[in-house]
Amino acid sequence: MTGGAVPAKLAEIIDDFQDLTEPDRLQLLLDFSRELPDLPERYGDHPELLEQVVECQSPLFLTMEIGDEPERPVHLFFSAPPEAPTTRGFAGVLLEGLDGLPAEEVLAVPDDVPDRLGLTRAITPLRMRGMAAMLGRIKRKIREAQ
Amino acid sequence: MTLAADPQDKFSEYAHPERLVSTDWLAANHDAEGLVVVESDEDVLLYETGHIPGSVKIDWHTELNDEVARDYIDGEGFARLMAAKGISRDSTVVLYGDKSNWWAAYTLWVFTLFGHEDVRLLDGGRDKWVAEGRPMTTDKPEITASDYPVVERNDAPVRAFLGDVLEHLGKPLIDVRSGDEYTGARTTMPAYPEEGALRGGHIPTAVSVPWARAAAEDGTFRTRAELDAIYRDEAGLQEGDEVVAYCRIGERSSHTWFVLTYLLGFGNVRNYDGSWTEWGNAVRVPIVRGSEPGEVPAAVPTASARVAR
Repeated sequence: MTGGAVPAKLAEIIDDFQDLTEPDRLQLLLDFSRELPDLPERYGDHPELLEQVVECQSPLFLTMEIGDEPERPVHLFFSAPPEAPTTRGFAGVLLEGLDGLPAEEVLAVPDDVPDRLGLTRAITPLRMRGMAAMLGRIKRKIREAQ
Repeated sequence: MTLAADPQDKFSEYAHPERLVSTDWLAANHDAEGLVVVESDEDVLLYETGHIPGSVKIDWHTELNDEVARDYIDGEGFARLMAAKGISRDSTVVLYGDKSNWWAAYTLWVFTLFGHEDVRLLDGGRDKWVAEGRPMTTDKPEITASDYPVVERNDAPVRAFLGDVLEHLGKPLIDVRSGDEYTGARTTMPAYPEEGALRGGHIPTAVSVPWARAAAEDGTFRTRAELDAIYRDEAGLQEGDEVVAYCRIGERSSHTWFVLTYLLGFGNVRNYDGSWTEWGNAVRVPIVRGSEPGEVPAAVPTASARVAR
């Protein structure tokens, strides 16, 4: 599970973070938070279809749609309130980095990817674990769908 | 120069009404000379999404803590921080934040370690200000660096260490965590990840009063009568008691420390910031599991447990 390849899009995002100074990294996370799209209507009107990631310090809900064999593309949907920008930012990073990839590629994403964004000093360990939990939840749901 | 207190009726019931301001007061005194408004949140990016115009941000995690020791910044560090935020020794500081001022109260407590005289909370915090449709901005304020003296931190009056709590056993202790953390069913609050305590339970004799009970639905503090009912009638605190409050890392208990000290007027309240992450892991330190406070243990404290004095 760990040590797999980081998908190109996610690797690019990690590089973007790494190229910045610490305060600018937070600014970039804020941009991701602002760009997190609203849920499509089929979920927006049906919050019961979403699952809460309880490890996050603020309410974060996610659901996924997994396509058919052999590619099984994974689509991610997140919902978090505007009062939780860090959580929204992490969700935005995962969405942009992983959405649409084949299930096998998402399963191969190294578990320590959140640590590679270079935010561990600026953001408490508790919050970093929230992002790791999001990734863990995504992988678990893929395995359950197999 | 400090500003006159907010004369609200609700506040006049409290022991120290000068420690709170209402959103109305802040809106009216917003541009007063000598006032610095500070936002302290749990979510480190929340300030950047919009804040009360002119307010500065203090990040409790990166700005108030020492980088290596599990301790707060020292007098020089605090003086540098205050100067950078444009706060002078005689500034009136009004703190506000998310989640019923939980982290704002923590920041206020750290200000108290340095004896900053006039530091107040915005009753209802960020949520109330936003709910009332009052102005918010993403503009960073222009800060004129101030000159703040180096003041030595004085922990003793408001901060308890592990050894202090061992000696305190037998006097009132308030555990402000959730019910499941208190009984030992879990070591972190619901919806929060594990933060590394080996055992679940509470400090012997500690009474459970979850911190959020002091806050009303809208995030403001409950009235004096409601707070008296919770902390005196129910938890059994009496005039003249020495009290220690704790939680998991000392932030939620700062909120309760504020309530007991400034709203109810207890004169000797300390916050044990080592809290459960320290106590639940410390060698030869007793704990109690279950819903009863438990007895003062007969055979403790031991010499080896007397650390961190």
